[in-house]
Amino acid sequence: MKQEFTISLFSEDHIGILNQITIILTRRQINIESITASESAVKGVQLLTLVVKTTPDMVRKVAKQMEKLVDVLKVFVHSSDEIIYQEIALYKVTTKGLMSGNVIDHVVRTHHARILEVSPEYMIIEKTGHKSEIAELLDQLEPYGVLQFVRSGRVAITKQVKELNSYLKEMDEANRFKPEEIESYNKN
Amino acid sequence: MNTDLETDMKKEKATNNEPTLNGSEQVTGADALLRSLIEEGVDTIFGYPGGAIMPVYDKLLDYEDKLKHILTRHEQGAAHAAQAYAMVSGKPGICFATSGPGATNLITGIANAYLDSIPMVFITAQVVSTLIGTDAFQETDILGVSMPVTKWNCQVKKAQDIPDIIAKAFYIATTGRPGPVLIDITKDAQNEKLSFKYKKCTYLRSYNPHIPLHTKAIESAAIMINHAERPLILAGHGVLISGAEKELREFAEKTGIPVAVTLLGISSFPSGHRLYAGFLGMHGNYGPNLLTNEADLIIAIGMRFDDRVTGNLKKYARQARIIHIEIDEAEINKNVQVDLEIHNDAKEVLSHLIPLVGKKTYESWVREFRICDKTEFDKVIKSETKPDSGDIKMGEVINLVSELTGGDAVIVTDVGQNQMAAARYFRFTNPNSLVTSGGMGTMGFGLPASIGAKIGNPGRQVVAFIGDGGFQMTIQELGTILHYRIPVKIIILNNGYLGMVRQWQDMFFKKRYASTELVNPDFVTIAAGYKIPGIKVLERAELKKSLIELLKSDGPYLLDIKIDKEGNVLPMIEPGASVSEVTLNYKS
Ligand SMILES: Cc1ncc(C[n+]2csc(CCOP(=O)(O)OP(=O)(O)O)c2C)c(N)n1
Ligand SMILES: [Mg+2]
Repeated sequence: MKQEFTISLFSEDHIGILNQITIILTRRQINIESITASESAVKGVQLLTLVVKTTPDMVRKVAKQMEKLVDVLKVFVHSSDEIIYQEIALYKVTTKGLMSGNVIDHVVRTHHARILEVSPEYMIIEKTGHKSEIAELLDQLEPYGVLQFVRSGRVAITKQVKELNSYLKEMDEANRFKPEEIESYNKN
Repeated sequence: MNTDLETDMKKEKATNNEPTLNGSEQVTGADALLRSLIEEGVDTIFGYPGGAIMPVYDKLLDYEDKLKHILTRHEQGAAHAAQAYAMVSGKPGICFATSGPGATNLITGIANAYLDSIPMVFITAQVVSTLIGTDAFQETDILGVSMPVTKWNCQVKKAQDIPDIIAKAFYIATTGRPGPVLIDITKDAQNEKLSFKYKKCTYLRSYNPHIPLHTKAIESAAIMINHAERPLILAGHGVLISGAEKELREFAEKTGIPVAVTLLGISSFPSGHRLYAGFLGMHGNYGPNLLTNEADLIIAIGMRFDDRVTGNLKKYARQARIIHIEIDEAEINKNVQVDLEIHNDAKEVLSHLIPLVGKKTYESWVREFRICDKTEFDKVIKSETKPDSGDIKMGEVINLVSELTGGDAVIVTDVGQNQMAAARYFRFTNPNSLVTSGGMGTMGFGLPASIGAKIGNPGRQVVAFIGDGGFQMTIQELGTILHYRIPVKIIILNNGYLGMVRQWQDMFFKKRYASTELVNPDFVTIAAGYKIPGIKVLERAELKKSLIELLKSDGPYLLDIKIDKEGNVLPMIEPGASVSEVTLNYKS
C-alpha cells in the first residue's frame, strides 16, 4: 500500500546533489509531492525535505540508495505521525470580492491565517498548516476571486531524540577505523 | 616516432625543471594533474586528445618516464581498455578524453564500469569556465550526462583545487564498493598556476567505506551454517574485489559447502575443485541453478542477485534461508529478501567467520551436484566440446584453448554466445582471469579490453574470444594493437550471425531472423592491414594446429574461426522461468 513519507536527507553542499536524488526517484517512478532545501543546524550541512508517496518497502530501498551517494551524510524516513511538519501558503485575492459582506475577518480568524498586505486591488493572505487545511482555505476563498495561490514544500522536524550531530560523531569514529588499510590498497 | 634530436631536447627539458614532486613550486594545473596521478601510483593512462585537453597532453611529454599514455582509436576503446587494466592489475584504471564528443564517447565505458564496480578515474576536459553554460563549441554537460553512471563526479574550475579533488577521486573510486569517478577540468584550470602540494585523501565525512564488524551477525551466521543440511555458497565479484579467494577456499573446504559462482565471480574459486558447483545464471551450469531451489541455506558473498542469476524472483530459493554478505547496503534486500544480512567486506567477514564454523562434509548433497554435472555433460557439454562431425562448435574451441593453456590465461570475452561459451567451457585456475562485461553486456568490449588486460598484466597470456558482430563494434582498436605491438591473441568465433539474438529469435520468435545475419568482411585481410598475422580456420582438422600457432606467436595474432552457424547456448533459464526450470534440450 502506498502511503506518504517524509524523507529528511542531510548532505554536503556538493553541486548536483538534488540531481542525484531525483535520478534515484525517477528510476523508481516515484513522484516528488513536495521538496524543500535549506541549511541544517549543523554548519555546512544541507537539508533536503522530500515528501513522496510510495510503499514502505520501496521507500526503504530508495533511502538506502540515497544514503549510498558519496556526498549524502544521513537519510531519515518518517511517516507523518513521527514528525512535526508545516507548509506555508500565500493567497492573492481581489479586495473588492473579499470586502463585500465583511467575510474577511471571519475567514482569516477561523483558519488561523493572517493578512500580510492590503491594496485597493488585492489582499495577500498567509496561512501555515498542513496541506489539507491550506486547501480548505483555498476553497473558501475561491468564490471571492483568487488571483494567485502558492504553497511551499514541507518543512519537518523529527520527534526522535538522537540528533544529526551524534550520528555525525559516530560516523566519524567508524570512519577513522583503518586508514592504513587504504594506504596498503593504494600501494599494491 | 621521435627523432633522436627531439628525444634529446626532451631529456634536457625534463632535467631542467626536474620536478621535486611534492615541493611547493608554481606549476600549471595540467602539471598538477599529472603529478597527482604519479602520487597515486599511476603509470599507465588510456586516452584520446582534443582541443580542450591539449594543455594536459602537452605536459604528458614532460612525464614520459613516469606516465605511459596509450592512444586508443576511440574513447570507448580507452574506457574499456582502462577497465580491463584495472580488473587484472588491481590498480584503478585511468582514462583521458577531451570535452564534448570525447567525453560523450566515454559514456558506454563508464556505465560498463559502474555496473561492474570497477575502480576507475576518468578525466575529461571542459571548455574554459567563462563559456560553460553557453553551448560553446564542444561543450557538453558531462557532469549531468555521467551522473547516473558514476560513483561520484565533480568539475574543477580552479587549478588550486586539482590536487585535492584528484585525491578524493582516487579515494572514492578504490574504496568501499569500487566504481568509476569522473573529474571534469576546465581548460583555464589546466593552464592556471598553483603551488603544488599533494596529500592523499583518507577520510570523507559523508562517505564511510569502513564498516564496523557486526560480530553478533557473524556469530548468527556461524550457527545457521553449522546447522545447515544442504548449504550452498554463491560467490560473486565481491570476492575478487576484496581479494578473498583464499578465505573463500578455506571457508568452503572447512565447512564442505559447494561453491557456485556468478559470471563476474568466475575465477574466484578454482573450477577444478571438488567443491566447485559451477557457474550460475541464464546460461550457467545445470547443477547450481537447479539446486539453488533445493538448498536449505544460501550464503551469498559479494554478489547482488542480478536478474540473470535469479531468474523468476517469485520462484527463487523460497525454501532456503539466505545469508547475504555484501559491502553495499543498498544491495541487501533489494531483489531478494534475506534472513541475515552482514553488511561488510567479504574478506573481513570470511576471516572472522572461518574460526566459528565447524568442520563438516556433505557427501550426498555434493553428489547431487555431480549427478547434475553428468546430466549436463551427456546432454550438452559432450556434443558442444567434443563433436565428432559437423561444423566447429564454440565450446570445442574454448575447451581446446583451456587444455592448451592449462587453464592459465587471462580470458577476455565480448558479449553474446561467445561470452557464454567462454564462461562455461574455460577451466579457470587463477583468480582475476576473466575479463568480461557483466552488468551491461556491452558488445565491443572484448577487443579494447584485451589491450588493457595485456598492458595490466604483461606476464600472462591474454586470449580474447570475440563474436563476428561485436568485433566490428570496436574493430578500430586493431590500430592500437599495431601502434604498440600488443601481443594479444584474438579469436573470432565467426558464426555469421548476431548469434545470441538469433538464438532468441529461434527460441522465442518463431525463427524469424530479423536483421541478425551478417555480411562480414575478410577479417584476416583486415588484420593484415594492421600488420597482425592471422589464419582463417574452416575445418576441424586445422583447429588445434592453428590454436597452437596463435598461442606460441610472440606478437599479436588473429584467428577467424568458422563456427556452426545456428548453434544455441544451452542450458538456458528462459525469460520468466525459475532457476529450477533450467532447460537442457531445445529442439527447434
Ligand atoms: C552494444 C550492444 N548492442 C546490442 C547488444 C545486443 N546483443 C547482445 S548479444 C548480440 C549478438 C552478438 O553477436 P556476435 O558479436 O556475433 O556474438 P555471438 O552471439 O554470435 O557469439 C547482440 C546484438 C549488446 N549486447 N550490446
Ligand atoms: Mg556472431
